[in-house]
Amino acid sequence: MLNTLKNRFEQGCRTSAYPKTTIELPERYRGQPRVHAEASAELAAECAAACPQQAIDAGRRLIDMGRCVFCGTCERLSEGRFVSFSRNFELGVAEKDHLLTSGELPSLAEHAKKHFKKLFGRSLQLRQVSAAGCNACEADLNVLATPFFDLARFGINFVASPRHADGIVVTGPVSRNMKTALLLTYEATPAPKVVIAVGSCTLSGGPFRGSAEITEGLDQLLPVDLYIPGCPPHPLTNLHALLTYFK
Amino acid sequence: MNTDFLQIGNGEAITRDRIPHLSFDDFRNQALDIVTNGGKVVHFFGYPDGDGVNLLAVLRSDHLMLAGCRAPEAYPSLAAECEPFHMFEREIAEQFGIRPEGHPWLKMVRYHANERGLPDVFGNDYNEDIPGNYNYYAVEGEEIHEVAVGPVHAGVIEPGHFRFNCIGERVLHLEIHLGYQHRGVEKLFLNADTKRLPILAEGIAGDTAVGHSLCLAQAVEALAAIDTDAGARIIRTIGVEFERIANHVGDLGALSGDVAFLPPANYCGRMRGDFLNMSLWICGNRFGKGLVRPGGVRFPLTDEDRRVLTERLAELKPQVEHVIDLLFGTSSVRSRFEGCGVVSTPDAEKLGLVGPAGRASGIPYDARRDFPTEYYQHIGIPENAEPSCDVYARAKVRADEVLQSIAIIESLLSRPIETRCVEDADYKLAPSSLAVTLNEGWRGELSHCLLTDADGKILRYKVKDPSFHNWNGLAMALRDTGISDFPLNNKSYNLSYCGFDL
Repeated sequence: MLNTLKNRFEQGCRTSAYPKTTIELPERYRGQPRVHAEASAELAAECAAACPQQAIDAGRRLIDMGRCVFCGTCERLSEGRFVSFSRNFELGVAEKDHLLTSGELPSLAEHAKKHFKKLFGRSLQLRQVSAAGCNACEADLNVLATPFFDLARFGINFVASPRHADGIVVTGPVSRNMKTALLLTYEATPAPKVVIAVGSCTLSGGPFRGSAEITEGLDQLLPVDLYIPGCPPHPLTNLHALLTYFK
Repeated sequence: MNTDFLQIGNGEAITRDRIPHLSFDDFRNQALDIVTNGGKVVHFFGYPDGDGVNLLAVLRSDHLMLAGCRAPEAYPSLAAECEPFHMFEREIAEQFGIRPEGHPWLKMVRYHANERGLPDVFGNDYNEDIPGNYNYYAVEGEEIHEVAVGPVHAGVIEPGHFRFNCIGERVLHLEIHLGYQHRGVEKLFLNADTKRLPILAEGIAGDTAVGHSLCLAQAVEALAAIDTDAGARIIRTIGVEFERIANHVGDLGALSGDVAFLPPANYCGRMRGDFLNMSLWICGNRFGKGLVRPGGVRFPLTDEDRRVLTERLAELKPQVEHVIDLLFGTSSVRSRFEGCGVVSTPDAEKLGLVGPAGRASGIPYDARRDFPTEYYQHIGIPENAEPSCDVYARAKVRADEVLQSIAIIESLLSRPIETRCVEDADYKLAPSSLAVTLNEGWRGELSHCLLTDADGKILRYKVKDPSFHNWNGLAMALRDTGISDFPLNNKSYNLSYCGFDL
């Protein structure tokens, strides 16, 4: 008992004040990408060719955050002159088109479906479905339940059954062997319901695009309401998207 | 014992014409001889050669050795005489349509058609959903009941199907059916250009991103004759150890949560995040994605980085020690951990368990000590074998390794680290060659095997996550165990679904 109390005092209170205060992520964190229009065409083409994810449209000067795994190759190659990644982790978008960006993201709050705020703003219960995710996206959703993020204080919880849920959060590139289970889970969730796609794999197939075993984008199977890019998205990216879209 | 198997080094490039090419009978007899005399199977897989398939076995004793043969279309199963070949023969049957006659449990591994377009060994029609033409192992009797769980689980975890045959609350048999996560990773490696390879390796199992990308990098470095500098080797070692600490700390918390002792569950959840944030500090990604590339690392550890990380470790270390002390010093925790889910040492040997799962069943093997790479030859890794073979042992091994890994990192951070950072290198792999790489990931022995064709293109990329060995350990742990202890046993292993399903 004494040991339990000693540990309790040593641990202290760790819950973050976010979103009331801001959080600064470390310097090497790669958040929102910005494409610099003034860079030369050669440099743009060079970055597009070097991108392992074919996420860069050199002609239109756009980067596809759905394909991007935020490896930073383009930023390193161009020394930040064509693409630079800021430390802004607020990356969630409501429309798939918004993932294709030059650096300005449309306001997520303004594009959120208003009736969802009314329905789920005070209580949002989510069922997570991992559909061939590598366990990075899953792990960084799971941490939202730990004391630092404490998702439950916002009235948002991950629940054990789709029948208890207001929507599903999907991770992974939806393998052929998980497709039916995912669709059944969606069906089992009572309407009105939301679909949230988390991570590069779910948005575009991610590192696994080109494989006959996966789906290149959840939106090919289900109507997606909220897209959260990253490989994996930082927990704060997930938290920001959930709070901004539903609160 | 006379053997034609060729001794090779971990991460050594050899030309394929040096692979001893035996008759199938000699191959089978010698492989069986080595493994029944205490050798272990690192790899046993097929690869295309001309108009047929060759088999290749990589075995280990105190050294690595390999030999191959032409694959017959059907052959007398090795697993029928020697259990450690069990999973590998199933995988070969699934990937190449080659039947091991007399295999004790010939069941598909991941549920996909074989790549040669041959009639399916398992009689599956792959237009049907998984599990296809498969009857689960069933126990019959008046009071027997079955519990089916998954593929979608109650928690935020990966999918798989668990089928329990129970009498009352006692589990007679647990069958674990995986394959839901299959993404075709090994095939993707064949046609991916070099810039995609590290991204793919990091996605094999995201919680082992550093470990798997290290296996890839070492294989490429061997076959492209690229040297890494001493600083890169230290930073990679630090990366793998942070990965180990974060996962073990998280699982110790989850184990505590599963016996309803919530303080360590919450503290460990938070502290795991602090360790992930140190990986974030080093390379900008909490899982270490983007750190390791063929030729070295992409990020330096400057003196300022060393100072920050050392300070954070100094603050965290006593907290970790105290929480571990609290967890193991609490009698209600001990009473649930002790004697739960025992996998005896002989069973663990036959199943081929590796990593903490093996060490908790009395098998001290640790690739960091036995086949050291990177900076490990300069680090004394203790033998962490525990004799009790239960959940307690699996938790204890992990707790010990957390404290050892913190000490390793502290010591590595104490001196300046100089490295020349690398970008995605343009390289050419040696033609008609092979390299096998082994590293001790947090779950145990990770190994990749890269074979090239006459043009230096990747002919075969074989990935083995330790979970490939260890899932049967979990099934064994549940025998004669209460079904309510399943979550506890599951967390004590915490195996990878996608690392297994590939």
